[in-house]
Amino acid sequence: MASNGIRDRVAIVGMGCTPFGERWDKSVNDLLVDATKETLASAGIELRDVDAFWLGTLYSGQSGLTLSRPLKIDYKPVSRLENYCATGSEAFRNACYAVASGAYDVAMAIGVEKLKDSGISGLPGIAAPGDGTRAGLTAPATFSLLAPAYAKKFGVDEATLKDVMTRIAWKNHKNGALNPRAQFRKEVPKETIACSPLVAGPLGIFDCSGVSDGSAAAIIVRAEDARRYTDKPLYVKALSFIAGPAAGPMDPDYDYTTFPEVVASAADAYAQAGIKDPRQELAMAEVHDCFTPTELVLMEDLGFAARGTGWKEVLAGTFDLEGELAVNPDGGLKSFGHPIGASGLRMLFEAWLQLRGEAGKRQIASVARGRNLALTHNLGGAPGECVSFVGVVGSAPSA
Amino acid sequence: MRGLVGYGVYVPYFRLDRKSVAAALGTPPGAGTRAVAAYDEDTTSLGVEAARAALRATPGARPDALYFATALPAYLDKTNATAVHAALDLDASALACDMLGSIRSGAGALRAALQGGGTTLVLLADIRTGLPGGGDERDGGDGAAALLVADGTRELPLLAEPLAHASVTAEFLERWRVPGERASHQWEERFGEHVYVPLGEAAVVAALKQAGVTAPAINHWVVAGPHGRANKRLAAVVGATKGTVVDDLGATVGNTGTAHAALLLAQVLDGAAPDELIAVVSLADGCDVTLWRATAALAARRPATRVADQLAGGGQVSYGSFLTWRGHLEREPPRRPDPEPPAAPPSLRAEAWKFAFTGSRCQACGARHLPPQRVCVKCHAIDRMTPERLADVPAVIATFTVDRLAYSLSPPVVAAVIDFEGGGRFQCELTDVDPAAVRIGDRVEMTFRRLFTAGSVHNYFWKARPLRGGS
Repeated sequence: MASNGIRDRVAIVGMGCTPFGERWDKSVNDLLVDATKETLASAGIELRDVDAFWLGTLYSGQSGLTLSRPLKIDYKPVSRLENYCATGSEAFRNACYAVASGAYDVAMAIGVEKLKDSGISGLPGIAAPGDGTRAGLTAPATFSLLAPAYAKKFGVDEATLKDVMTRIAWKNHKNGALNPRAQFRKEVPKETIACSPLVAGPLGIFDCSGVSDGSAAAIIVRAEDARRYTDKPLYVKALSFIAGPAAGPMDPDYDYTTFPEVVASAADAYAQAGIKDPRQELAMAEVHDCFTPTELVLMEDLGFAARGTGWKEVLAGTFDLEGELAVNPDGGLKSFGHPIGASGLRMLFEAWLQLRGEAGKRQIASVARGRNLALTHNLGGAPGECVSFVGVVGSAPSA
Repeated sequence: MRGLVGYGVYVPYFRLDRKSVAAALGTPPGAGTRAVAAYDEDTTSLGVEAARAALRATPGARPDALYFATALPAYLDKTNATAVHAALDLDASALACDMLGSIRSGAGALRAALQGGGTTLVLLADIRTGLPGGGDERDGGDGAAALLVADGTRELPLLAEPLAHASVTAEFLERWRVPGERASHQWEERFGEHVYVPLGEAAVVAALKQAGVTAPAINHWVVAGPHGRANKRLAAVVGATKGTVVDDLGATVGNTGTAHAALLLAQVLDGAAPDELIAVVSLADGCDVTLWRATAALAARRPATRVADQLAGGGQVSYGSFLTWRGHLEREPPRRPDPEPPAAPPSLRAEAWKFAFTGSRCQACGARHLPPQRVCVKCHAIDRMTPERLADVPAVIATFTVDRLAYSLSPPVVAAVIDFEGGGRFQCELTDVDPAAVRIGDRVEMTFRRLFTAGSVHNYFWKARPLRGGS
C-alpha cells in the first residue's frame, strides 16, 4: 500500500456533536452553529483561532459558503467536499493533512446533513442526467444483495442469517438506548426487529439505519501543540481512504460477501498505526452499519472475525458493549442515525468520549484496562462499488 | 418469388382471468383469459420481442426495411420503429417506419412488404384497451407478430408463398377513436356484421378466383378482425370445410388487433404441412385476403417457441393490477423521488448499449463489460475494446433482492446481479417473475422493456426474465 501515514503528527483537541434525529426544529445553519459552538468550547478556543475549515456534506449545501455564511467566518479557507456516505471522514482526513503539512496550526473538520426536509423515505437521488440504464435500486436494496450471497457462500440458512441481522440491530439499539444524542434511544425487542415490515430482500425496517439530521465537528492541531488545549487529546494514528474501481457489478469474480475497498483501507490503516491484531488491540470500533448485513461483512473485512465466521461471533456477543471488542458502542448508524456528512465525525466523537473515559453508562471497560485505540470505519456507495475510510485514533502518543 | 422467409410471435407472460372482472365489477362472468402486456411493456417492446423470435429462427436474415404497425403507438410524431431498429441492432441504412393508429395498418404493412423489394421485417403489435367492464377490455388481448418478407433464395428459403391477394375497401363508421382517448367507440354490433360480411365474401371470392382454387381446397382459414361477430359469421359462409377454420385464441389470448391475423397465421405455420393452403382474411375497414401455400422449408425454420407454447402464459394478473397498468387506476406512489427521465444526449451516446444491449470485450484479456467500458476492469488495458451484443446470451443469477422501497408501477422491484454465459456481469431488474421464487443460480434471459415513463419520455432498456422452457 503506497501510503506513508501521518501517525501521531496531529491530534484532536476538541469535539462536538449535535443530537441526531428528525430535527424539524433546526436548519442546516442551526446544526452547523450548534456543532461548532460545542466543538470550540470543547477545545477552549474561539472561532477566530481556527485557521482553516473542511466541511463535509452530500446534499445540504455547496461550497465553503455553506459554512462561512452561518458562522460569519472572516475571510478564511473553507473547503466543502463530499465522498458519498464517507463524507464526514473525508472532511476530517483532509483537515488532518492540512495541519500535518504545516500549512495551518488549527483546523476544523465539520460534517452536516439535513435529510428530513426532503419529505421522502430513504435518501434522495443525486444522479447526473443519464441514459436511463442504471438499475434504480434504493440503498437498502443494494446492500441487501450481500445477504443471500453470504448465506449461500458460508452455508448459513436464511433463518439463521435473519437472526444474525436481528442481533446486530438489537445490539446497536441497546447501545443507542444509553446515548442521549442518539436518534433512537430505546431498546427494541428482537421479535419486533425480526418481524418489522420488509424493505428490501430480508431487510426489515429495523435493519436500516436511521435517516436523520445532525452535525459533528473536530478541532485538529499538531500533536506537539495538543496539550495546550486539553489534557486528553486523541492522536491520529491512521487515515486511509480507498476508492475502488467499482468492479463488483461488472466483474463475475466479485461474490458480494466482502467489500474489497474496506479490506484494502483496513490493511493500509493497520500498517500506518502499527496494529497487528485489531481484535486484541482496539478498545472499540465504530463501523458503517448502514444496514445490518453491512456490519456483519465488516466484522470480517476489518479483521475482527475470520472469513465466514462473523455470523457466529455476532450471535456469540463478541461485539457487544461488554464483549471482546465493542462495535458501535454509541448505537451506530442504526440507532444514532445517519446524517450523511456528519456520520464520520460522529464516529470519531464516540472514540473521543470512550478513550477519554467520558462515555458514561456505555463506557467500555477495556479502556480502563489500558486499551487506548479506537477505529472508525465509514463507507459510501454499494457492495462492489464503494469508497471506504478506516481511521485509527489513540489516547497515547507512540512510545 | 417473394414471400415469407421467417416469422415469430410474442405473447406476454401475464393473463387476466375474465372472471376477475366480473368479481370486481359485478358484470356477467366472462370465460377464459386474455393476454396482458405487463406494466413495463408497450407495443414497441412487444414488437421487439416478436422480431427477436423471428430473427433467431431465420439465420442469415438482415432486414433492410422495418414496417411497424400498431393501433396503440407509444409515441406520436416520433417514429416508434426506430427504437425497434436500434434494439435489433439493424444496419443504419435499413429503413424503419411506422404505420399507425388503425388495425388495418397491419394488413397494409404486410401488403407493402410483399409488393416491395429486399428483406422487410413486418412487425405488428397491439395492446388492446377498453373501458373497465366493457367488451373491448374483455375480448382484447396483447401481443405481437413479426413476419420476414423477402425474395426466396437458397440461404433464405420461402416458408410460405403468397398465391393470391385481394382487397376490398369501404368507408363506414363501425369502430373509431379520437387520438388521446383511452378507449374506442363502436356502432351497434349488428351493423358491423351487416357491413363486414359482404365485404369479406367479395374479397375471398376474388382471392380464390385469382389463385384458381375453390374454398374446399383451403386447408386453414384464418379470419381475424376487430369485430368478433363478423369474423364468425364470415367464416361460416365462405364455404370452409368443417374443421378448417383456425381457432381465434379468444379463450386464452384474446383479440390482438393489428397483430391478430399474423398471430393466427403463425399458429398455423407452426403445424402446417408442405403445400397446405392457408387463407388469411383480415376484416378491418374493408377486407384483405392473402392465400398462402406452405413450403417444405418451413419444418426446419420454425421458431423455437411455438405459439402454442405461449398461449397459457405464466402469471395471473389481478384485475386491480391490470387497471393500474392500463392507467385506469391511480395508486398511491411510494414516498420516493419520481424517476428521472433519460436525457437525450446520453441516450444517443449510449444507443448501442441502451437499445441493443451491446457491451464490450477487451481484446487484450477477453473480459466482457456491461455497460461497455474504455478501460478493462480485469487487465486495465485502455481502449482495446470491441463491441459485443449480449441480448441473446443467457445468464445466471449471482445474487438478488426484492426492493420494496423503489419506485415501480408494479412493486416490488426485483433485481439481480447476473453473470452471462461466456463472461460478463450486469445488475438489472427482473421481470415476469414471482419475487418469492427467485434463487441464486437461476437462469435468465434478456428482454427489452419500457422501464418507466417520466416527463413524457419512455425509458426503454433491458431486463432479465427467468429462462423458461422452449426459449
